[in-house]
Amino acid sequence: MSKRLKLIFSVLAISIAIYAPQLSAAEKYTANECFERFSRATLKFNQGLDKAIFKPIAKGYRALPVPIRSGTSNFVNNLRSLLTFSNNVLQGDFRGASNTAGRFAINTTVGILGFFDPAAKMGFEKKGREDFGQTLGVWGADTGCYFVLPIFGPTTTRDAFGLVGNVFIDPFYQLTHNTETDIVIGNDNLSEHNYYYYRGTDAVDFRSKNIESLESIEKNSIDFYASIKSLYLQDRSQKISNSPISDKSQDDSEWEEIDNQ
Amino acid sequence: MGRNRQPVKLNMKRIIVSFLLLFIIIISVKQNAFAYSSDPKKFIEEIIEEAKVVLSSGSSQDIKAKELSKIAIKTVDVQGLAYYTLGKKRKEINPEELEKYENLFEKYFLKSFTSRLTDYSDPKIDVLSSETVSDKYTIVKTMLLKTSKKPEVKIDWRVYTKNPEKPLIRDLIVEGLSLARTQKEEFASILSANNNDINVLFEALENFINK
Repeated sequence: MSKRLKLIFSVLAISIAIYAPQLSAAEKYTANECFERFSRATLKFNQGLDKAIFKPIAKGYRALPVPIRSGTSNFVNNLRSLLTFSNNVLQGDFRGASNTAGRFAINTTVGILGFFDPAAKMGFEKKGREDFGQTLGVWGADTGCYFVLPIFGPTTTRDAFGLVGNVFIDPFYQLTHNTETDIVIGNDNLSEHNYYYYRGTDAVDFRSKNIESLESIEKNSIDFYASIKSLYLQDRSQKISNSPISDKSQDDSEWEEIDNQ
Repeated sequence: MGRNRQPVKLNMKRIIVSFLLLFIIIISVKQNAFAYSSDPKKFIEEIIEEAKVVLSSGSSQDIKAKELSKIAIKTVDVQGLAYYTLGKKRKEINPEELEKYENLFEKYFLKSFTSRLTDYSDPKIDVLSSETVSDKYTIVKTMLLKTSKKPEVKIDWRVYTKNPEKPLIRDLIVEGLSLARTQKEEFASILSANNNDINVLFEALENFINK
């Protein structure tokens, strides 16, 4: 067994050991702050970085013709689906895993390396992404506390673990970083930097799709930090439960109180 | 005599026709102003249509904002939202403070709401379906269609139907994220960072309204 695989199993074993006692923990929309002052400062730093670097790149990307952007987006989504597949399996979602695998196989071949999405027309529904933070959530891990990382942005203790775990269970990362697979499947062209190109393109694609929404949140918030925190935690919660808030029976006790006032 | 009676007859006709016209105009204006459908899905469709007319008009941003505010006042449970977003704090403040908060919240809400909408000049929204989740709430599912710049956005409208004749919007859930909840947590953050002092929240709201 290679050192890398040993490391993967170690990460998984540690994660399960840490989180197993909390398997029954209910998913929450809230999280305590780890170090709010630091997080607020980091968010400001990230905003500055975004304004200086990421947003201009995203705007430039958006100036590209729609077919190019759409093809690029499909291409990185197709590569990203490999990580989703790993997490589908780890979550025991085998139906999801077969859908993800089917989409990847069709889009990589018929869809010309994923630039097109014929799988959607063939009944393989496009579903949300899965990551290791979500998997930990499905296993019942508690959210932990909330904080903001430089560059990576909002996260929680659980999702920070997930961020590290993602690297080890992402097949594309393994293909580009593992020298043993290079020898086995002869992927000489898949050098390490391809992984970072893909991750960078994915980030630019995401940012370009959210230029106005982020501007709107910034413009209409009286506490931008709190808005981002709330939106992040709600988003993670619905991604872990795979159902939007409106589909759940919401806790309406506060509204009930207001109605009876 | 006959010659003299003709103009009187004509005048009477004119008066009657004028009254009838005036009556029809008043009735139609009244209906346009108040008669939203009691069916939640149609209710949302009507609001969207009304907003689209405002947004695609050539009016200035200020006029658009005023028109959208009128729609919001009629169709959103602004007072309920004000109480909800203040959370438990509403029980701790005195009636004068609560009244001040309600006034500030309404101004804040309308400014924030119209500011988000006026960014769209010709939004294309499909009303997809509605789902009655309880005797008090119906979720109306809509989709803001994608443009060359923006991806499509799922928007669910949480409609309060306790009074079936007068549905009211209580929340917008954009891509699964509740705006009411976000607002509530934003206010809670301001309060908790400032020793739960309501005056700091008032100041933050006033700053937003006046900026």
